[in-house]
Amino acid sequence: MKHIPAVHAEGLVKSFGDFRAVDGVDLHVDQGEIYGVLGPNGAGKTTMLKMLATLLPIDGGRAEIFGVDVRRDPHRTRQLLGVTGQYASVDENLTANENLWLFGRLQGVSSRTSRATAAQLLEQFGLQEAANKPISQFSGGMRRRLDLAASLITRPPLIFLDEPTTGLDPRTRGQMWDTIRELVAGGCTVLLTTQYLDEADQLADRIAVIDRGRKVAEGTPDELKASVGNSTLRLRLTDAADQSEAAEVVRRLLGEDPVLSPESGRMNVALDAADRAADVLISLREAGIGITSVSVDAPTLDEVFLALTGHDTGEGSDPSATADKLQLEVAR
Amino acid sequence: MTMQMTQPAPVATTPRRLTPGDVAARTTSHNSLRETLSQTMSMAWRATKKMRRNPEQFFDVTIQPLLFTAMFAYLLGGGLSGSVEAYLPLVIPGILAQTALTACMATGVQLREDMEKGVFDRFKSLPMARIAPLAGPMIADLLRYAIASTLTFVTGIAMGYRPGGGVAGVAMAIVLTMIAGWSLAWVFTWVGTLARSAQSVQGISMMIMFPLTFMSNALVPVETLPGWLAAFVKVNPVSYVVTATRDLANDGQLTGHVGWALVACAAVIAVFAPLSVRSYKRHL
Repeated sequence: MKHIPAVHAEGLVKSFGDFRAVDGVDLHVDQGEIYGVLGPNGAGKTTMLKMLATLLPIDGGRAEIFGVDVRRDPHRTRQLLGVTGQYASVDENLTANENLWLFGRLQGVSSRTSRATAAQLLEQFGLQEAANKPISQFSGGMRRRLDLAASLITRPPLIFLDEPTTGLDPRTRGQMWDTIRELVAGGCTVLLTTQYLDEADQLADRIAVIDRGRKVAEGTPDELKASVGNSTLRLRLTDAADQSEAAEVVRRLLGEDPVLSPESGRMNVALDAADRAADVLISLREAGIGITSVSVDAPTLDEVFLALTGHDTGEGSDPSATADKLQLEVAR
Repeated sequence: MTMQMTQPAPVATTPRRLTPGDVAARTTSHNSLRETLSQTMSMAWRATKKMRRNPEQFFDVTIQPLLFTAMFAYLLGGGLSGSVEAYLPLVIPGILAQTALTACMATGVQLREDMEKGVFDRFKSLPMARIAPLAGPMIADLLRYAIASTLTFVTGIAMGYRPGGGVAGVAMAIVLTMIAGWSLAWVFTWVGTLARSAQSVQGISMMIMFPLTFMSNALVPVETLPGWLAAFVKVNPVSYVVTATRDLANDGQLTGHVGWALVACAAVIAVFAPLSVRSYKRHL
């Protein structure tokens, strides 16, 4: 039965008035894979997930979950998936234990089995000590883990994770990633949305990049990153007037154009490998071009976006923008 | 850390060995009646837990019966029936209906508040009957109606009311009030699924509740009313309930009025339960 895709969607559309939040997205997720949907806030990721989870009506196109038509058979669809997101969470009036028991009971699991599964999940997620505490005392990471546990009580074959680590500290994020990997090792299929390229990179077998309700790219993390280089060299020239000459040096060396910000003398160079940075710096010195600051970073979501769509994510999360602000503050 | 008592539950791990294709083949197209009932009871359990942790939810059903009984009896008793004692048999069943109605108004407001929360999105994503999240809390609310009606009788008796129906009559009156409360709560549940915020539910519910309670025979005999008002009072389901409660509490008799009250309750459910479920589904 391996040939039935976990998710198969064609031309999904969701409009809110004149605004097309999701504008003709095709999606194909195979069984047993982690599929990442990557995009900035407001790109339509959550809306798409909500349509697939029967939480929003599908305005156009069609979707199937394990061969079940989502629009025609929402009740069957709901039996096949678990949803975890900022919206689908747990009941704050109940304890962790009570929450899991309730979600089991609501899905036809007997009271005894429900209790046993709840205990098992709480242990698996390292929450057994907080099992009977009010949810209000939970940390962000504990909340997310409980949210996830609540989707697993009936062991659905497909899990939707909507931005599972947004707002978590790096250590808790790592724990969450491990948990998600375990799920898939146990035979689950995972469809996750994220704003972080590194998260998609760490977890996903395949990634779709969503922008303004459309899928702008799809591929493995390596394919995606290759489109922007594996790392980025960020330079700031002493004299902004040298920019075109510097660009020419880079073009001759790497055969590719750097991204320029003329007004500030900044230049970003995509690199296949981080050690090529040295070659660029040496060539620039030989050409007599002065540099005030240098850094080598992994490509950000912004750069992937810029490369794929020709515009940035529009969130002002560009690290060089922050650097500008810092310099301004120092100047004062 | 030495605890190793929880063996993995056998049933919980079995579905894992099924292929997703098997799971897809095992899905059902709708909930059976038994499943719907069990889901409703689970949601009722959730509501009682919530009540226990937010005891302020009991303020309206504890304070109001005391306040209204004393207030209306002393305020209107002399004028309407000559004395407070003579007025009590008339007004106690009226206040019973009134407090039940206020209590079920809260059902709609709380549902609306609840629906804004993240957990309701999860409820919607589960393969559960769409009526369960609505009917569940209403079943838990039966407890509130029971408290409200018992306290009304206790206050009345303390003020000198001697129900002619005896213990059995009073008990039946309380049960009828609970049934009526449950039925009328569907009206407010419907408002709860329609309105945009908890505040607007409150506002709309007030406008439904006041005419329903005051334009009934709860506080005054119908004979004293002008014709047009009497016409409305006579079709008001609250009037049926009040008359029936009077028959039960004061005479201990299962009269035709009781039958009509039950029919009125059934009619309210038949109209507003489907409307509520439909409107709740539309929220998806």
